[in-house]
Amino acid sequence: MAEKIRIDDQTMALRVAKEFKDGDVVNLGIGVPTLASNFVPGDREVIFHSENGALGYGSICTAGEGDPNLVNAGGQPVEARPGMSILEHAESFCIVRGGWLDYTVLGGLQVSEKGDLSNWLIPAKKVGTIGGAMDLALGAKNVIVVMPHNTKDGGYKIVKKCTYPLTGRRCVNLVITDIAVIEVTEKGMVLREVAPGWTAEEVQALSEPKLMIAPDLHEIELA
Amino acid sequence: MAINKIVASVDEAVADIHDGAVILVGGFGNIVNAPSCLLTALSKLPAKNLTVVSNSGGFGIEIWGEHDVEVLHRTGQCVKHVVSAPVNPLIVNTLEKRVRAGEVEIEIVPQGTLAERIRCARAGLGGVLTPTGVGIPEIEKGKQVIEVDGKKYLVEVAIKADFALIRAHKADRWGNLVYRGTSRTFNATMAGAAKVTIAEVDEIVELGVLNPEHIITPGVYVNRVVLRS
Repeated sequence: MAEKIRIDDQTMALRVAKEFKDGDVVNLGIGVPTLASNFVPGDREVIFHSENGALGYGSICTAGEGDPNLVNAGGQPVEARPGMSILEHAESFCIVRGGWLDYTVLGGLQVSEKGDLSNWLIPAKKVGTIGGAMDLALGAKNVIVVMPHNTKDGGYKIVKKCTYPLTGRRCVNLVITDIAVIEVTEKGMVLREVAPGWTAEEVQALSEPKLMIAPDLHEIELA
Repeated sequence: MAINKIVASVDEAVADIHDGAVILVGGFGNIVNAPSCLLTALSKLPAKNLTVVSNSGGFGIEIWGEHDVEVLHRTGQCVKHVVSAPVNPLIVNTLEKRVRAGEVEIEIVPQGTLAERIRCARAGLGGVLTPTGVGIPEIEKGKQVIEVDGKKYLVEVAIKADFALIRAHKADRWGNLVYRGTSRTFNATMAGAAKVTIAEVDEIVELGVLNPEHIITPGVYVNRVVLRS
């Protein structure tokens, strides 16, 4: 049997980037999502939006390089691209809420089988950051959540019902984790892809809700 | 008498900030877009019981080499913070410690709502109807819900501020401003959204140098311009 691996952050970002088509307008949240701008083939024109007001930027610059006056949502300098525009903050959120985004990619604490998302507050911590997540979760046509499949102590993050404060209700379309790709449908969650070496049963055991298995279930491509 | 909004020093620019003032602080999670000279000057004033409105909770001078909004928590001047991103995964900032210690009140606002509530003040609007936060108890509580064409919206009211401290790249004596890249962010949103808008800039140019087609913030929104020092 093949060696069982958990895919790393870069590979999750690469998998995310495969969703984007020519001409899509895509917002990337802080963390692993921002990495996705590095994995779009050069000949595919995806217009990346960053909540801090950049539309049409390029890859993340090599550490120590780039202009601090051109950064993504995580504050990392990014490359300027021909066609890029800059927006003040209220305008940037007109893009978000106004229905102009084909995708947003967000981090997650919990995703429920109905597509509810919790990603801003662990109650015991008393204070958390919402940032643009609530506007993005309701404004984008498609919401992709990227997160580890389980908590550090092995608990469920793919849950029947979110127990943490909500970011959005019935908003998530696709979840990409370190072991699986799961689509949220009207009928429930569908397991579409597994990391190399993993079986559907093993992914199910680490997920709280019942997962339906896609007829064409296959391994996540690593390149 | 010609219009001249340029003031001689950052200390002079903030001198009338008073106890209990509501202060908008521009920027977004990076020091090059923060009004750091104005914040440093404000931190030396006796003004207390300040309400601060900003996107982020601050990182601190150790990270940037200059002060960001964090300084107003270190001095204890800020007693209420209206904010969308109070904490960050990199460090535990002073705001986070003060919230846990019960030393500061926090009003958490989704980022787009924060931007729009600020813009409303500049635009003379009492507030906006936004779908963001509908059905989210932490955001919806205490707010009016209005249905338009079968869709629910929250009434989010304008934030009325006394001062806006912002950072821009270039200014002229009328207060016209241009910015650099993503450093425009909340700075341009906040210009004109308070009774007094104070802009800290890298460079002051002669009137007429800035191309009218490129000016982002018209000078009428700006009361004071000061060169960074």
